[in-house]
Amino acid sequence: MTASSSGSVAGWCKRLLSGKALWPLFLLILSLPTLLALGSVVVSLFSPDTETLSHLFKHLLPSALGNTLLLVLGTAICSSVVGVSLAWITSVCDFPLRRFFSWALLLPMAIPGYVMAFAFVGLFEFSGPVQTVLRELFGSSAWFPDVFSFGGVTIVMTLVLYPYVYLITRNAFLTQGRRSIEVGQSLGLSPLKSFFRVSLPMARPWIVGGVLLVVMETLADFGTVATFNYDTLTTLIYKSWFSLFSLPAALQVASVLLMAVVIIMVIERRSRAARRYSQSQHASLASSRFILIGKRRWLATGFCTTVFLLAFILPSWRLLSWAIPNLERDLNNHFFGYIGSTLSLAAAAMLLIALLALLLAYGARINQSLPTKFAVRTSTLGYALPGTVLAIGLFAPISMLNNWLQLLGIPATWLQGTFLIMLMAYGVRFMAVAYSPIENNFLRITPSVDDAARSLGLNSLQVLRRVHLPIVRGGLLTAMVLVFVDVMKELPITLMTRPFGFNTLAVRVFELSSEGLWERAALPALAIMLVGLIPVMLLIRKTDND
Amino acid sequence: MTNPVWLQVDKATVAFNSSCVLSGVSLVLEKGEIGCLLGSSGCGKTTLLRSIAGFEELTAGEIRINQQLLTGAGVHVPAEQRNVGMVFQDYALFPHLSVLKNVMFGLRDNEQGKQKALGLIERVGLAGKESHMPHQLSGGEQQRVALARALAPEPVLLLLDEPFSNLDVSLRERLGHEVRAIIKETNTTALMVTHDQMEAFAMADKVGVMNGGQIEQWDNAYDVYHCPKSLFVAGFVGQGSLIEGELLDCGTVKTVLGTFEQDESNCCSTDVGCQAGKKVKVLLRPDDIIHDDDSSLQGVVRKKAFRGADFMYSLALENGETITCMVPSHHDHPVGEPIGIRMEVDHVVVFDH
Repeated sequence: MTASSSGSVAGWCKRLLSGKALWPLFLLILSLPTLLALGSVVVSLFSPDTETLSHLFKHLLPSALGNTLLLVLGTAICSSVVGVSLAWITSVCDFPLRRFFSWALLLPMAIPGYVMAFAFVGLFEFSGPVQTVLRELFGSSAWFPDVFSFGGVTIVMTLVLYPYVYLITRNAFLTQGRRSIEVGQSLGLSPLKSFFRVSLPMARPWIVGGVLLVVMETLADFGTVATFNYDTLTTLIYKSWFSLFSLPAALQVASVLLMAVVIIMVIERRSRAARRYSQSQHASLASSRFILIGKRRWLATGFCTTVFLLAFILPSWRLLSWAIPNLERDLNNHFFGYIGSTLSLAAAAMLLIALLALLLAYGARINQSLPTKFAVRTSTLGYALPGTVLAIGLFAPISMLNNWLQLLGIPATWLQGTFLIMLMAYGVRFMAVAYSPIENNFLRITPSVDDAARSLGLNSLQVLRRVHLPIVRGGLLTAMVLVFVDVMKELPITLMTRPFGFNTLAVRVFELSSEGLWERAALPALAIMLVGLIPVMLLIRKTDND
Repeated sequence: MTNPVWLQVDKATVAFNSSCVLSGVSLVLEKGEIGCLLGSSGCGKTTLLRSIAGFEELTAGEIRINQQLLTGAGVHVPAEQRNVGMVFQDYALFPHLSVLKNVMFGLRDNEQGKQKALGLIERVGLAGKESHMPHQLSGGEQQRVALARALAPEPVLLLLDEPFSNLDVSLRERLGHEVRAIIKETNTTALMVTHDQMEAFAMADKVGVMNGGQIEQWDNAYDVYHCPKSLFVAGFVGQGSLIEGELLDCGTVKTVLGTFEQDESNCCSTDVGCQAGKKVKVLLRPDDIIHDDDSSLQGVVRKKAFRGADFMYSLALENGETITCMVPSHHDHPVGEPIGIRMEVDHVVVFDH
């Protein structure tokens, strides 16, 4: 009896040391922060009712929920119309400047929503250049719609998010080519009818995928709606926490938002499966496009130009026209201080997350047990969680732990108000961003490559160093760039979990623009945009190669 | 003159979750011999190869090379310490390394290693492509790099896992002969796995026919074809038909096509015994049956397949049994016509009913 039990303990130790149990254990630890954040939000559903909470449920929550749903609906419809039509004309038709627009229309991805928001407001509000010109022309601009409205937010959200639909749908149309139209025509349909009856249904899984991404981003958005004073669930989380000073209230709102996200995630998973099933088409000749003639070609060029102007050129011009005259005043030590703190924060998060993602991907490769799969699933779930939900979900349990420790007389200030919660939240949010390019590279290495290296005399560490690392280097680099830029642009997590007095460029932009100091917010906003262009350029180069 | 025993696999058994993948497989290769495991997919041949390479552990049994115990009795030498070379079905070249660096991978990174790698690259016919990357090479060229890479560290044993299955048929045959020549030239002992019998016959000194995790027969190619030891081997290797027979005596069997006698020169005594009157099955290869218009022995053409140089006829005998017969292609007979045949059975192979 004793012999057998000590034998099993020894066996367990041996397995642990040989790495068979070590990997799943380590990877499960990696997924703990995600589980913690999710758990604390879900548990809050069962917290006792208080006066703050009933006030919240009676007055604030219904309108925030209504606003959120309305915005999601409006943005989804607008960005799918804009994204799909742009994708269609740039992939299947030919018209002047088509090649330029096919990549330039992705550039708005470099502009964060909270930057687009105040640039847009600055362009179209009463004292802005557009209305000023209109007044000079027509004497009055009273008929011009109010910028601070549902319509205004929806337009800005659409301008920021349509590239997701555009990018994914364009890929689908490119593989279809004009063949889908020709099939329709050969069966007696007009080109227009075959577009609606053949091409569009064939691309539906991709369109749905793109629109669902837009929905997720809209649900998660904090900066844009806050700039417009448009109350949604995310701003309500922020207000509950920082105005009502009620963590339980913030958690309650977060749980409502989380429910919406989970529903969208389930739908997204299903649509992804549909995309896999219908991926059997062969790429057809891209050279055979419909060459648009006469009025139509200028209509196409005009449409692309309008979107590109509104989504990229005008906001950039507005920011530059604010920043350049004030350059001497704003380019001071404070500004460089923000740059320094932003860069060091982004670099730290980048190194940490890329390393963890590498270990996650390597562990998943060499140990395909159930716990490992669970750990990978969980750790890469966080990309779908809104920053506000994550921030509150991690902050609440850790501050509770902090209070307990203090009751026990243990000083625990190191837990709260430090970079710990912030880095954890970044890790949860951006692990998937880092994981997928690395995993993609690992998938390209067939298992027999490992065997080949071992049969040539390498042990597993040498295999990692001489075979795996050189092959996944590209993916690792991509992962680092993506995480760096995402952390730099990140607003809600940074805003809600930063140590007192710590400012990044994003936080600075938000603070200045919410006080209406747009001219001064322009310079840090431009800095963010400039760095944000790097991953967009990488993306453009990659899609160009395809 | 026989060489010393080099590779020795003794009662190798692998069981995953109580289902046996290998059950008690034994085989022996002499120094410099090329062995080949032949079988359909799932018969355990790849598992056996991977066990010898050290990628899989045995549940029971032993593997030795040159008397040294590598697997068995609590011993499992890791793959990287065995110096057993392997050529993979998908070649498994390192995609980030040039041809030269791939071949040098298992060698020391110095001038001597480089010269050796260059020599091998030239030997496999890739001189001038040293700096190419794997994706710039054709399938056949990648195969040659994989061979050179595996041979470079002078392995004690070379394993080849379906090495030609990704190549087209004409290239397969040519490369097979070349690979055999190179292996022989370097006096390497090799074991290959394939499901293609022509490949096995072209490459191997010894062929093992595997079925259900066991080796049914381990012999030279000629004997595997002409003297199959089991019904499975008879059916799996080559074409042929089985007809009813009756033992008259030890080594004498009577069939509807006549009486055949085993003589001492042929090897094919399966354990059917000598009991007179016993019902047996007799294996007839297409080349045992000669078309002869003058013969009184006749079969009716049931099916015919034109194969260029010859016709493969399916003939129905008077008792309803069917045999196959290969006939030069100028003897074109329509379906339904009776044609004369003559028996020329060198190897009389009989099996229990």
